[in-house]
Amino acid sequence: MVSAVIETSGLGKAYRRTWALRDCTLAIPEGHVVGLVGPNGAGKTTLLSLAVGLLAPTCGTIEVLGEHPAVGPAQLAQVGFVAQDPPVYARMTVADHLRLGAWLNPGWDGELARQRTGQLGLDPRQRAGSLSGGQRAQLALILALAKRPGLLILDEPVASLDPLARREFLRGLMEAVAERGLSVVLSSHLVGDLERVCDYLIVLVASRVRVAGEVSALLASHRRLSGPRRDPATLPAGQEVIEESHTDKQTVLLIRTGEPVHDPAWTVTPVSLEDLVLAYMSQANGTRARRPQLGVVS
Amino acid sequence: MIRLTWRQFRTQAWVAIAALAAIAITFLVTRPSLSNMYSASGIAACQARNDCGSLAASFINQVRADAAYPVLYAVGVIVVFLVPAIIGMFWGAPLIARELEDRTYRLAWTQSVTRTRWLAVKLGLLGLAAMAITGLFSLIITWWASPLDRAATLGSPILANRMMPLLFAGHGIVPIGYAAFAFALGATAGALIGRTVPAMAVTIVIFAAVQLIMPNFVRPHLIPAAHTTVAVSAGDANWVAVGNGLLITGKAAIPGAWIFSESGHVYTGPAIQILKTCYNGPTSTPACGSAFASLHAQMLLAYQPASRYWPLQAYETAITLALALALAGICFWKIRRRLG
Repeated sequence: MVSAVIETSGLGKAYRRTWALRDCTLAIPEGHVVGLVGPNGAGKTTLLSLAVGLLAPTCGTIEVLGEHPAVGPAQLAQVGFVAQDPPVYARMTVADHLRLGAWLNPGWDGELARQRTGQLGLDPRQRAGSLSGGQRAQLALILALAKRPGLLILDEPVASLDPLARREFLRGLMEAVAERGLSVVLSSHLVGDLERVCDYLIVLVASRVRVAGEVSALLASHRRLSGPRRDPATLPAGQEVIEESHTDKQTVLLIRTGEPVHDPAWTVTPVSLEDLVLAYMSQANGTRARRPQLGVVS
Repeated sequence: MIRLTWRQFRTQAWVAIAALAAIAITFLVTRPSLSNMYSASGIAACQARNDCGSLAASFINQVRADAAYPVLYAVGVIVVFLVPAIIGMFWGAPLIARELEDRTYRLAWTQSVTRTRWLAVKLGLLGLAAMAITGLFSLIITWWASPLDRAATLGSPILANRMMPLLFAGHGIVPIGYAAFAFALGATAGALIGRTVPAMAVTIVIFAAVQLIMPNFVRPHLIPAAHTTVAVSAGDANWVAVGNGLLITGKAAIPGAWIFSESGHVYTGPAIQILKTCYNGPTSTPACGSAFASLHAQMLLAYQPASRYWPLQAYETAITLALALALAGICFWKIRRRLG
């Protein structure tokens, strides 16, 4: 039994009358680099802000590492957080930020902080306000890592970075994860970023978990079928249609199945993670997949 | 947390210390000759000779004739009035508002320190610093002006005494209470509004309103007012027609006291018909004078005597400190339920 680093039940957060997150139930397992992916407005930032205790839930419950978020210094010390557009104190220097980390975190790893700052070529005397977006994100990551958390939460850490900075950042993240074996949850609306680093994926659309699982298992259980035009309702049980498209003569399906597809009429190809995620996202946008119905011919 | 508070606050702290040093030097340097003037005036021994009023008046006139002292006195009192307002705007208002505005609260509140502790340290340390620095400003000015205050209290109506609204909150311990209040007000406005500049504006407006409300509606009633009836002298009398009669008022002074209400009586009768013809006052003709004297005109005063200076200071300080604590409570409540 793998325990959950984040577990929510019926979690909701409303701002005045609009729901940013509603009826969200999920469990994020320990020991993974978890990608939380979904379109803008799916509730990712709200969910992660609830997870670090910056927001309080309107309804439902959330537990992070078995406790309420931000309930006390010990719980706070266990969770590292890199917020979206990482915040820094513009008039404080890089060195000031590292001192801040040391002052506010009893578990502070000064050696790690110095080492990473040196490796990245950050000038300790430089004011944080004049750092590039990439450097700011790196500084925020150093602060979160040197705290020595058990769980690292990153909200759209690379969204505002150029491709090079993005790659640098993710590489730095992966090195740290490999060294320390911590659990990571990072959100993004771009699957490409996650594909490189995540081994577990959660697709969140309109507060709901559409699909969740280890990346390898997800890739193994999804197939693209193409063949002569056919009603998806005639598929055998155990093949769930996620996405379908038809032309006059041809049908292309993206299905989820536990078994190999034997029907010779289909050409079976594996799916990429990006296609898989997009299929689940568009499924939510109104075109609900029909469930396979046995024995019914339309 | 203490070190972080100092790191984020040190610029404001140095500005405040520099201003305090400038004021301290100015007033320390100019005080000895004021002391000498006071010693030479003989006020210290006036009670035995029973001529305090005239000695005090001549001392005050002498000070007034000087080029520097009237300016220094006014500047000193204004500084002590302004320091709490400035602290409220520049220490209080940005304290939480800037973190929200720059969104750095997401960094500050996700370290291994609870938000409650973060706020407790910041409000506590900076609140104490605000009170200490204002207390020092007030101490310097109160000490510097003490010869003048003593002379004014001895019954010279030509200078406002320290009980009067213009001076009361610029002297003594009350400024410390106002500093705590203004600081907490700024912090609360910042927490509720979430933007620094509007929070500063709200702080100064509310603080100014409180500075008007206190002397006009609260301070007179902190201790039930003393009342007395005094005769209106012919030389000071004013009147207005009210129905068939005349409402007669005059001037009144009680040494060292703050008179906040003077009410005259409406007089009727045959003497009034004579007085109505005395356009140049009751002393203009002998007939007017005797008609006025026959009325034995009096007026009722409500006042706080000089002896209540320190009790009033203590009560008002307690009220402003209580308001500051209540505002701090709002900050904690707001921070804990965290802004949507």
